[in-house]
This record gives sequence, C-alpha cells and structure tokens, in this order.
Amino acid sequence: MDGAAVEARPGEMLIAACERSGTYIPRFCYHSRMSPVGMCRMCLVEVDTGRGFGLQPSCMVPVSEGMKVSTDSEASKKAQDGVLEFLLINHPLDCPVCDKGGECPLQDQTMAYGPGETRFVEEKRHFPKPIAISETVFLDRERCILCDRCTRFADEVAGDALIHFMGRGNHTEVNTFTDEPFASYFSGNTVQICPVGALTAAPYRFKARPWDLTETLSTAWVDSLGSRVAVQASRNRVLRVLGADADAVNWGWLSDKERFGFEALNSAERLSAPMLRDAVDGDNREFRQAGWGEALEAVAGALRATSPERVAVLGGARLTNEAQYMWAKLAKGVVGTDNVDAQLGDGLDPHLVLGLPRATIEDACRPGGTVLLVGPDPKEELPTLYLRLRHAIVNDGVKLVEVTPHATGLSHLAEHSLRPSPGTTARLVAELVDAATGSGPSGDDSEIEAAARSLREAGEGVVVVLGRMSLAEPADVGDAAARELSRLPSARFLPALRRGNLMGALEAGLAPGLVPGRMQLEDVGDGASLAESWPRLPDSLGLDATSVLRAAARGDIDVLVLLGSDPLNDFVDRDLAYRGLRGAACVVAVDLFVNDSASLAAGVVLAAAGPTECDGTFTNVEGRVSIMSRKVTPPGTARADWMIAADLCERLEPGSTSGLDSPQAIRAELAQISQAHAPITEDALTQNPMEGVLLAGTGATGEAGGWRRSGRPTMGRSPVGRTEPATGPAGREDPLEELPEDGFLLITTRTMYDDGMMLRHCPSSRGLAPAATARINPADTDRIDIDVSTAVRVVSDFGHIEATLATDSGVPAGSLRVDWLAPGAPANALIAAATDVTVVSVEAR
Amino acid sequence: MTLSPANEALAAEIIGWFPRPRSALIPLLHLAQAQDGYLTDEAMRRVGELVGATPAEVKGTAGFYEMFRFEPVGTYLVNVCTNISCLLWGGEELLEHACESLDVEVGGTTDDGMFTVEEAECVAACTEAPCLQVNYRYRGRVSPADFDRLIEDLRAGRTSIAGHGVLAQVRQSIPADRLAGVVPPEQAREAPVWLARNEAGASG
Repeated sequence: MDGAAVEARPGEMLIAACERSGTYIPRFCYHSRMSPVGMCRMCLVEVDTGRGFGLQPSCMVPVSEGMKVSTDSEASKKAQDGVLEFLLINHPLDCPVCDKGGECPLQDQTMAYGPGETRFVEEKRHFPKPIAISETVFLDRERCILCDRCTRFADEVAGDALIHFMGRGNHTEVNTFTDEPFASYFSGNTVQICPVGALTAAPYRFKARPWDLTETLSTAWVDSLGSRVAVQASRNRVLRVLGADADAVNWGWLSDKERFGFEALNSAERLSAPMLRDAVDGDNREFRQAGWGEALEAVAGALRATSPERVAVLGGARLTNEAQYMWAKLAKGVVGTDNVDAQLGDGLDPHLVLGLPRATIEDACRPGGTVLLVGPDPKEELPTLYLRLRHAIVNDGVKLVEVTPHATGLSHLAEHSLRPSPGTTARLVAELVDAATGSGPSGDDSEIEAAARSLREAGEGVVVVLGRMSLAEPADVGDAAARELSRLPSARFLPALRRGNLMGALEAGLAPGLVPGRMQLEDVGDGASLAESWPRLPDSLGLDATSVLRAAARGDIDVLVLLGSDPLNDFVDRDLAYRGLRGAACVVAVDLFVNDSASLAAGVVLAAAGPTECDGTFTNVEGRVSIMSRKVTPPGTARADWMIAADLCERLEPGSTSGLDSPQAIRAELAQISQAHAPITEDALTQNPMEGVLLAGTGATGEAGGWRRSGRPTMGRSPVGRTEPATGPAGREDPLEELPEDGFLLITTRTMYDDGMMLRHCPSSRGLAPAATARINPADTDRIDIDVSTAVRVVSDFGHIEATLATDSGVPAGSLRVDWLAPGAPANALIAAATDVTVVSVEAR
Repeated sequence: MTLSPANEALAAEIIGWFPRPRSALIPLLHLAQAQDGYLTDEAMRRVGELVGATPAEVKGTAGFYEMFRFEPVGTYLVNVCTNISCLLWGGEELLEHACESLDVEVGGTTDDGMFTVEEAECVAACTEAPCLQVNYRYRGRVSPADFDRLIEDLRAGRTSIAGHGVLAQVRQSIPADRLAGVVPPEQAREAPVWLARNEAGASG
C-alpha cells in the first residue's frame, strides 16, 4: 500500500485493511458492520493485481497477496474529487441549518478530498423538506446521497425492510411504503449511520451543534444487555445518546429505547428534592418538599423503631453496581433484614441464575453453534441481543431452537419453534431434554423429537438463552425448565431477564438468601472479609417479593423500601401489590419520579440521581461489568443511590461506611468481599473501556458458579423438579384439557414500548406503546361469538382489562395473549401470584 | 383492490415455478398490473405477503421499472419519442399536437380515461422517426394527421391494441395463421405457416 508492505487478513476488504494499517480511505456507503455494496464510489483507489493500476472501489475488493494499492496517486485523488462533485450535484448545501453540520462525513470529506468549488449551475432536485418516516425519524431527501446505509441496515441488520429505494436513476429516493411508517425498534441507528443530514431524529433536531457537545463513554441502562453508548451533553443537559461499537456487546447498534430513553431524565417531572407526607390519604396526602436531613432521619427513625424482619426492600435493578452493594449492605449488613428482592415476581430464582454456567453473547453467536431460546421474545425484551442473534443465524450458520410462549421476532429464522401452552412449559422442556440426551423415548417424528435432534447434532456447548416465559405462569416454571436444561451436556446459559442492571443486583446480593459474591447467606459463617465490612448479618432467611407483599398486606412489614421499583405496574399480581403497598406501615420510595406505587402509598420519597448523573458500573446479563459515567448533574438536590444508602448506614450504625466515599472505594470493598468481583479492578476497567470486564465464572473459560443441583429454595416456595409430586408444573396435567368451553389460558409478555414510568416521560416514545390487544389463535375464533377487531373485556377470576380482539397464528390454540403493560390495561390485573395458569374469558363490551 | 380469486390461484401457481417465492415478485406484479391497469397499494401489499417481502421492498423493486405504473393510466398509453432522430423529424411537434388534440398535459390522461400521453426516451426505432408507441406497440413515421386518424380509429373501435401490461400482450389473441407454436425440432422440417406465407409474399 502506497509503497509499504501491509499485512491483511484473508478475505478482508481493502478499505478495512488500509484503515487498520493507518490509512483512511474516504467512504460514505461502506460500514464495517454491514455488507459492502460499492454504492457511493468514494473509496476509489488505484489497485494493481498484476495487470497494471486501475481504479477500483476499495470497499468491494478483497485483499490478495502481492496486491499493489495506491491510495494517494493523482488518479485516485482525481477520482475521489470527481465522485464528490457528482454527489454534491443534488446536495442542497444547506449546512448552516443542517443538524449534521460539523460532524458530517460529506462536509468533512468534501473539505479533505473535494473540489471546493462547484461547476453545477443548474437547478437541483427538490423534495418537500423533511418528511416524517416514523414517529421519531425525519427524512430530508434533498440531502440524501443514496449510500444505501439506512436501507441496508433496515434490511440486513434489523430485518425490518420498511424503507427502500424507490424509483430509478435521477429519480431514486429513499422512502417508505404508503401509510407504512419506518416503525422499527431500531430506526435510530439509521440516523446515527447516515453520512449526511438526511436522517434526523426528533429528540436531537435543532438542539445543539456537535462542537458544543461533550461526550463520555457509558452503558445503556434501559435493559439488561448493557449496550455501550456515548452520552453527549451540552450545558449540563444530555442531548443525545449514540451507540458505541463494542465488539462483545452491541456492535454499535442500539434499540430506540436505549437511544432515546434519556429523554425521561430531562423531564420536568423529575424529582429534585426529597418529599414527605404525613398520610397517604385523607386531608394531608399532599407531598411536601423536605430537606435531606429530615427525610433521611424519617427513614432512619422508622428503621430504628422496628425489628429487622419487619423491613423489606424491593427493586434495585435501576441502580449501579456500587449503589446496589451499598443498599445490600444497608439492608442486610446494617439493618439485618434478608427481605430483599430485586426481582418483582417476574424473574427467575436468583440462586439458579447465579449458579448456572454462564455464556457470553459471543458464545451464543459463535459461528456454527446452536442456541436454545427458552423465554420471551428477545426482539421485545432484549432488542440488541435480538440483533446479535439475528446476525448469527442469518450470517454465521447459528441454529436456533426456540421454546417460547408465542411467535417471536426470530421465529421465522428458527429451525424449530415449540410453543407450549401455559402450564406445560416445564413438561415440554423435560421431554425435549430427555429426547436430546437420549434418556427418553425417541424415534417418533414429533416436533419435539425434531428439535431434540438439532440439539443432539449440536453436541456439547449448546447456549441456552433463558428467561421467564409468560408472566402469567409462576417463576418456578422457568426454574424447573432451567434444571432440566442443565442436563444438556456442557450447556451454558445466557440469562434473558430484561430489567436493567438486574445481574448486578443479584451479584451484589439483592435477593433473599444471598450476599455479595454469589454466596448463600447461611454459608457465610465466619467469612472473614464480609464480617470485617458488615456489622451484622440477617438472622434468618428472608422473603421474596411475593412473600414480602403478602406479609405487608397482612400488616407484618413496617418499612417497605421501593428501590426504583413500581410494584403496581411491575409485580405480577396487581391486587396483591396494591394490598401490600397499603398494608405496609411506612413506604419509602427511592426513585427518579413519583411512580404509581409511590403515589399510592409512599410516605417518604427520596430523589435519586439517574444514569448519566452519577458514576458507577453496570453488570449485564453476561456478567460483563462496564463503566457508567456521570455526564451531567442531577436535578436539584437529588443524590446518587449509593450516597443515600451510605447516609442511612451511618445514621443507623456510625462508622459502618468509613472510607466508602466514592464508587471506586465501594468497588474496592466489593472486590474484596466477593471473589466473583475480584477481576473488577480499576486497572482492568481502565484498560477495557469499551468491552468492559467479565466477572469471574463467566464465559466459555469460566467455571460453573455456585449453584447446587439440590437447589436452595427461598422461603415461601418449594423446590420444583421432575421428582416432585404431580403438583409441580412439571408433573401437571395438560391445563388445556381442563379448560372451560369459552376459556383461554392467559399469556402475557412484555413489549419494548409499554406504559412504564420512564417511557411515559419520553416525549418521542410516549405514543408508541401498542394499544391493548387480546390475541387468539385463528382456530379459536369459532369458540367465541365475538367478531375480531371489536372491543372486548378480558376477564379472569381476579380482574379484568379492556382490549381489542385480534387473531394471531403465533399464539398457541387455546391461549390468549395480552401485552404486559399496555396503556390503561395492565395485564397483572388478571393474575394472582403463584397460580399455575390463569384462565380468562372474553366478553364483548 | 387486492388480487381476485382467479389471480390468487394463478399467483400460487406462478410462485411454484420458482425455487424461492421472492423470485416470483416481478411476475406477480405483472399479474397485479394486468388486473387493475396499475399497481394498487393493496395489490402490492398482497404480493409482498405472497412472496415474503415488505410492501416497501415490493414498491421499491417495482419502482425500478418504468412500465410498472402506480397511478391509473388510460386504456391506451401513448409514448411519443422526442429523442434526436424523432426530434429532427418532428417528434416534438407530434407530442405537442397529441397533447393539444387530446387536451392533456404531458403525462396526463383524457377525461374519458381513453388516452395517456407521455414523452418517451429513444424507443430504438430511429429509422421510422418520428415514432410513437401505443401500449408499447410501434407506429412509425407518424404525422399529426396520422395521429388523429389513429385516435379516431381507436375511439371508434376500428383498431384495437392489447393493453399496456406485459400479461395483456402475452395473452392477446394471435390469428392462427400467425401462430408460431411450439414444435419439437425433429418435426420442424417445414417453416412455420407465417414464415412460409412471408416467403411466398416476398417471392411473389
């Protein structure tokens, strides 16, 4: 290259090989995460493969031995200059009013490689200035240079080919189909990769100039995948979040929720100071602003006045690892209660999640591998993981076997899709594993056998993406399935639990029976390091979320701390959440907003700093710890969650947090206590700013965690397995057979957009939550005398919601699917905690 | 409208001809255009469903081809060439005359829905300049008077020309004496009827 010898990888494109060796070839259409198309011709360079130098697009030419390349010859420069002049023929040059101005590849490369003067005096082509191609994305076709990046992304990466080139030649434009907007969960990525200002997104339009922005590398917080992001802010306000290209995680892509979710942080309704109220109803039910001293003393007083087992903490997945550790220390080590649960009855047994041999995303996407998905739709719950899996299936020959409650965004790519009816999941998984390990009947040609054959052929090292199936089934269904699945030879697990930094919470011990470092509470004994840092330990095993709410409803909980949780909307049983919240003597909410539960029951609300407002780390589903950075200051006097916990610790037990005055100090104490956290040193974090650092025991080289196969139940639940009597889900009769004539088995799973607290405060995403729909299999329409598309009431023994009836062949016959938190129709109103299946009926309204 | 039951059946058959359903996209678009005279949004949606493409992909693909129409056109689509040869022989004047006599703009359709007049790029018949196409059938050396006569004949039904869609041309009825037919090579000792006739005409 340019006279020097350069080493390249076999098959590598010239443009990439040159870039790796330090020579940047200008480009618009080429993107390292998408297939090359040679659309823009900007990367023309002179290449000689033995027949003399000729111009070739370097994004389309794979390297070869002895190839000679001249990137800066007169011919190359003239070609690039000419291409730019062509590209600018129809470009409006409205840079002064264009959002891209200042960070625009077209602008930059015109300066560096272009003509500087135009010879084009004719009329340029005109289009109406920007058209909205979706709720958030605007398209200015005059600026577009037809590089095919957005359309390629939509088709190749997202699988939502809703934008396409229309017309031909000079009339080519990017557009959507009539009345069919670019309603992709990933539409924001097209804005990020657009090399001109053609695509802009509502949240950033006309907000700032790139040179006024400062940027920090951080981690996305809205789901548990931990996508790496660049947070950009100006004048102490976060204005934009961009995907950062972490090889191991998100490849630069983000879902729109991760990208635009920051809007909630700028909401005027953010809590900016602690609030107190004397009564939750009656005349004095208005919150009044309070000082931190008064508010914290109120909480400390309530904690002092009661005994540890009458204190409970729910939630914590919103917090950073450091804040989670401090809250675990406060609850378990200072107050002495084990009634702590970061999951709200919507997850899996934490002992199980921590104990299973863990896989990384890379393990799951390894070319030629096999992935078994047992859980919800990744496209809805972990959209960035969906992108990675989709890529692995489409491009790298990864086979997918899915066991899901209904059709998913990956179903059309799956080798086998098994859709157990509610209540039969564990049995189906057991049969599948039996068949796959050869310990059960085989040879029949059932779907299960076919799927098992795929698993057998995969041999060792199947990666199981394991999440909670329908939220209308109890958690132990998932637990039982996981126990079965661990019989697969060398199977590794990638937890698919959506809630934010949930893995961090579990690793920090925010679950009953656990302390930091995946240790069982009763195994701690004289564990030296924990005893040094923690004044005490809980005397007895605590309650999980369901049991906490039951106890609270009975009046057995005096202080209930909602650590960023909203049980009314997030707990599986709305009625129990309501009774629990009303039954607890003092409810303390630590949150960014006054959520529905706090509004109902909290006496004290502590204003917390959100993501981008405090430093810390995040643990994703793989156990990958990455930095979350502070970019702006929190509103008002809102405090970082770890500070709130530290303050309470000091009030209750002076000296218990001495030295813990920064996230770094907390990380150091955690790494000292927990072997799992030992790799998380400041050096390691600094050296791996993009990829982060895996906790011990994660990934293909890690050891299996500490889960024992006997299982260790949390209180209030019994272990479930195939050896149990026929009352467990695994042994249950087929609930379909007991179904009343007009009854349906309820399925409910989450959608990416819902009526959650954060999304309610995102102006650009607020309207995107799909309206409540009750979906049934087309075969079931004649079981009920109601027309499709009419308004119906879905009724269970416990409540009802209103929805519109629809048919969906992806829903198993006999089942009815509703979204978890559709606006005005919370599915948890239909469910009672711990019932095996929920039977619903449909009434016209 | 979406596809008629007969066309649905045909579509299913057409899809069967190809190794992948997506390969049937263009043939199905021809089918849809033959049905409605242009590609309706509903038909494109349906075709997308049938071949596993999004409506945007269907429209984007169709939009590459000039002969797929997204708006209704007249029964007779008149393309007047104004490229160099035709220009020199009065193509522009012919176009102007066509628009004036039919009272339409270029690209417009007469109120009765009979004629759409468009300006065409070179149709590769320069020896016959100025030329035009009616539903892609050629007419060469057309004077304004010839044009008026052609329009009169078409209006009066004295001449008929198959529809503008590809299928309409495939399906037009061909007189028996012009049929080439499919004949196995070993039986094809004699020239086809129409060729024999032409040769006879040439020699006589």
